[in-house]
Amino acid sequence: MGKTLAEKILSGKSGQDAYAGDIVIAQVDVAAFQDGTGPLGVRQLQKMRLERARASKSILFIDHAAPSPRKELSNDHMLLREFSKKTGAILSEVGDGIIHQRLVESYAKPGDVVIGADSHTCTSGALGAFATGMGSTDVAVGMAMGRTWFKVPETFRVQVKGDFPPGVYSKDLILYLIGMLGADGATYKALEFGGPAIEKMSMEARFVLSNMAVEAGAKTGLIASDKRTKQYLKARARVRDWKPIVPDEDAKYERVIEIDARKLVPQVAFPHTVDNTRAVTDAKGIKVSQVFLGTCTNGRIEDLKIAALILKGKQRAHNTRLVVVPASREVFLSAMKSGLLEVFVRAGGIIMGPGCGPCVGVHQGVLGDGEACLSTANRNFRGRMGNPEGFVYLASPATAAYSAIKGEISDPRRLFTTRKRKTVRKAIKRGKKK
Amino acid sequence: MILKGKAWKFGDSISTDLICPGRYFHLRSNLPELAKHVLEDADQDFASKMAKGDFVVAGNNFGLGSSREHAPTIIKLAGISAVLAKSFARIFYRNAINVGLPLLECDTDKIEQGDEITIDLATGTIRDKTKGIELKARPLPKAMLNILNDGGLLAHIEKHGDFRLD
Repeated sequence: MGKTLAEKILSGKSGQDAYAGDIVIAQVDVAAFQDGTGPLGVRQLQKMRLERARASKSILFIDHAAPSPRKELSNDHMLLREFSKKTGAILSEVGDGIIHQRLVESYAKPGDVVIGADSHTCTSGALGAFATGMGSTDVAVGMAMGRTWFKVPETFRVQVKGDFPPGVYSKDLILYLIGMLGADGATYKALEFGGPAIEKMSMEARFVLSNMAVEAGAKTGLIASDKRTKQYLKARARVRDWKPIVPDEDAKYERVIEIDARKLVPQVAFPHTVDNTRAVTDAKGIKVSQVFLGTCTNGRIEDLKIAALILKGKQRAHNTRLVVVPASREVFLSAMKSGLLEVFVRAGGIIMGPGCGPCVGVHQGVLGDGEACLSTANRNFRGRMGNPEGFVYLASPATAAYSAIKGEISDPRRLFTTRKRKTVRKAIKRGKKK
Repeated sequence: MILKGKAWKFGDSISTDLICPGRYFHLRSNLPELAKHVLEDADQDFASKMAKGDFVVAGNNFGLGSSREHAPTIIKLAGISAVLAKSFARIFYRNAINVGLPLLECDTDKIEQGDEITIDLATGTIRDKTKGIELKARPLPKAMLNILNDGGLLAHIEKHGDFRLD
């Protein structure tokens, strides 16, 4: 019987023919903590006297409150550094970047089982890895034992065809899908993205899809490992980490969802749930006090390039702050070299060091009472950006950048004549060659 | 085990941000202090109003969002003896079992704020004494039941030295 991507990877890592519904114990290739979940995980291992790192790669990322804004968090960071010294677990320091971006750049690879104590660990699914978020205790046990247990999920195949219209991106596709499925529409399931539109899509755009799979309740968001996956790894001197993984043609899917990208329009998720999505035209005129460009969803170089093309030579609206946070050191350096940072600074923006920035409500752009923020992040729950009286809207980097200029949520398609779109494409291609 | 307490009613989509707000990130290594803010962004005075043994009763997709295990941990630490909901988000579900917080998946529509509830965990039977009704929770999958019965994932691993799920 044919296998889905999830079934293939979990079969490979559990040494049994695994199908949806089976309980398997799988080898863990990457086990990861971040500074918000790591300290609890480390303490759990201390309780068990099991302070060790047996997963092939055990990694601690300091990204959520980096650099630390409070002594309590500084102490948490110290605990992680100490654990790294003691066990040999890799430490990703302040300024290195967000866990999920760092995982795809340097650690996760096709066919891996990746577990992380952060719900957006599913991002690595775009590399063809079974990547999923878990709690501190699950990851601690997985890190110490090098194994964890899974129920093999049923899969929803998301089949996408057609070219994206100008000004419409993978962020709009995933917001549209989440709006369609609902925040619990894919609970316990794996999403598997495929079809001609996905095959043509850059890795950077694919990561956005996998990153947000959890916002429909899914366990992971998988994409076959292909030529583009190989190119992405090769560009990071990791071509040896590549192998092809594709689902079988006769794989059994619980549901197949077909989407024609040509029919998509820019989406905005309204407060306070991610599935509260509407067409950008329905959001027209909503004033925003802050625009946040960054995160593990849309803080990559392709995102910053799109935003910079829109912001170049322009100014942010007087009443709208612009906060830009590159997702990793690699992204930061690349944005620096290609002059993107200068564009943001001249446009009236502020650049923060690589990390989660204001996404989690800890620092670097907490909202005031009644303020609205248009963010390129993946979550807009009440209180998310540090204030239950704040309002968070989610959209693509293009919508965010254009809205920063206008001071209100605005439709980026207005900017993209055919000529301009070619310029964007060329700029992205140039960036890849570097 | 028989649990007794009052129902505290919440709606659908109670996220881990509402249960354990990000602005208290710095309290994550001080769980008793963090527990004073449990569910604060869903009901501001919840921690001071509730009594030990009470139940959180919610709608669909309880615990969606972040993987922070602190969410089920502080619900338990605050003294809530179980969470009843129509459905639970995946990571929260697994976390709750790992930390030994019982979850009961059932139709919560008929239960109202302040109802007197009795739960028999062994059978998954829920009695709403105020309404005079009885509800049945969907049984836990066997793997999870084994972990819960051992007292959570740490206790499970300590007891067996490995996963014993079947």
